[in-house]
Amino acid sequence: MQTTNYKVINGPEGYLPPAAASMGVVLPDEGEALFEGKIMLKEEVMKKIAVKLLEAKNPTFFPGPLVLWAWNEKAIEKAKAVKELAEIVGAKIIPMPDYRPKYPMINPEEEINPNHPNLTIWHNKIDVCVFVGVHCHYANLALKIIRGGTNCYTIALCGNYGHEDAMISLRDIYAEEVRSLTDVVKSMKKGGK
Amino acid sequence: MSVKIVKISPGFEEIMPKDYKDLVSNGPYGKGFGIKELGTFKELIEEHPLCAGCGLALSKRLILASLPSPENTIIVGTTGCSSLSFSQVALHNIHSIFGNQNAVATGLKRALEIRFPDVIKDVVAIGGDGAIGDIGLGMVMHSWFRGEKFATIMLDNESYANTGGQESGMSQQGAVLNMAPTGKKYNKLPMAEIARDAGCVYSVSVTFAKPKRLEKIIRRAVLIARQLGPTYIQIYCPCPTNYKHKPSESLERARDAEKSGAYPVKEYMSPEAEELIKKLEEGKKC
Repeated sequence: MQTTNYKVINGPEGYLPPAAASMGVVLPDEGEALFEGKIMLKEEVMKKIAVKLLEAKNPTFFPGPLVLWAWNEKAIEKAKAVKELAEIVGAKIIPMPDYRPKYPMINPEEEINPNHPNLTIWHNKIDVCVFVGVHCHYANLALKIIRGGTNCYTIALCGNYGHEDAMISLRDIYAEEVRSLTDVVKSMKKGGK
Repeated sequence: MSVKIVKISPGFEEIMPKDYKDLVSNGPYGKGFGIKELGTFKELIEEHPLCAGCGLALSKRLILASLPSPENTIIVGTTGCSSLSFSQVALHNIHSIFGNQNAVATGLKRALEIRFPDVIKDVVAIGGDGAIGDIGLGMVMHSWFRGEKFATIMLDNESYANTGGQESGMSQQGAVLNMAPTGKKYNKLPMAEIARDAGCVYSVSVTFAKPKRLEKIIRRAVLIARQLGPTYIQIYCPCPTNYKHKPSESLERARDAEKSGAYPVKEYMSPEAEELIKKLEEGKKC
């Protein structure tokens, strides 16, 4: 049961912000999702994601290896759905193809690295970003760094149990759920609620 | 990694950085390339941050191009100069804590055998002389005592090169370095002999002066390890930064060291390994 008042909101929260889990934020159960540290129903949170994406000046998707590489049929389906969602939103896509820190540095124009995601966010002036297909540990690491050092609003479309360190996080997201989110965005674009 | 899955998801081809696209379209996976084909395919190592003339950089390039099955190889690296360029390597790799590479490689190899019983997955532990000959020696030797089936490769620059130049067990006696100003007081460790005596069925000390020879040795080490047990290679990698020679002289220094006997080439093989290699190299069995 959630008891914390800690809000996971966009920063910069400062160097080394606490992990949201250590502040009492817990992961949602099936059918639920996280909104700024609070557990809500998945459908409500999907609407909030749609609003955030449509209001953003420079929304950007960060697909990770789990969707970038066609390693099985599910990944291919999810990739198609993510691409469609990004197109509907009018978002840019910057990939996270590799988790390893690169020396001397990455090219922030064309990729994001979980060890210094702030570089890509600063360089491209990204105000809302979506993590999808990024393995748990690297998503957590990057989300915390983003919250600590930037004012970017983070959304995680997670294939497992969600991410406390994202401002909004859905869980159990596969191609079908991404398409549901696309439908919510489409309907909101048309003026629906 | 299966060759079949080195494919970008539809719709994301355009947004992937060029290096990854090149690996898909022009990589060496599944093609059986060797060092003879270097320059004709997308290399397995990208622009890296190692010093100009670094012997490790050339060795690593040659090692990667010599692996018999790069798509099914996982490298376990560790702290040291060599670790700085692992991020640019287009193979699966695991970075382990300083000196732990052979312990990590042990677990990995065993897990891969359980997870992929029908596929041969090669594990290669690569580290510097500090990680293999000094700090990780206990774990290295125990993996050999246990007969773990993977190759260990030491990139021997005869110093702790990225911490300012301290002497290592592999430094030559009398070597003077920035942080060893009075010269090393004892002999270079006889690692090739230690490896042989500790259970390595194939143990080699070599330089990169002859790339085709090195390719043969790397392939032998990986193929023997697959079937028989631990193998060990140490490659002399001259370090221009700490041994104060011109970057352009590294290859020459490797040749000279070999010629003068300062870094003798040695190859020990157990009778079983010899028999296996004979079979493999005669093309009777692959």
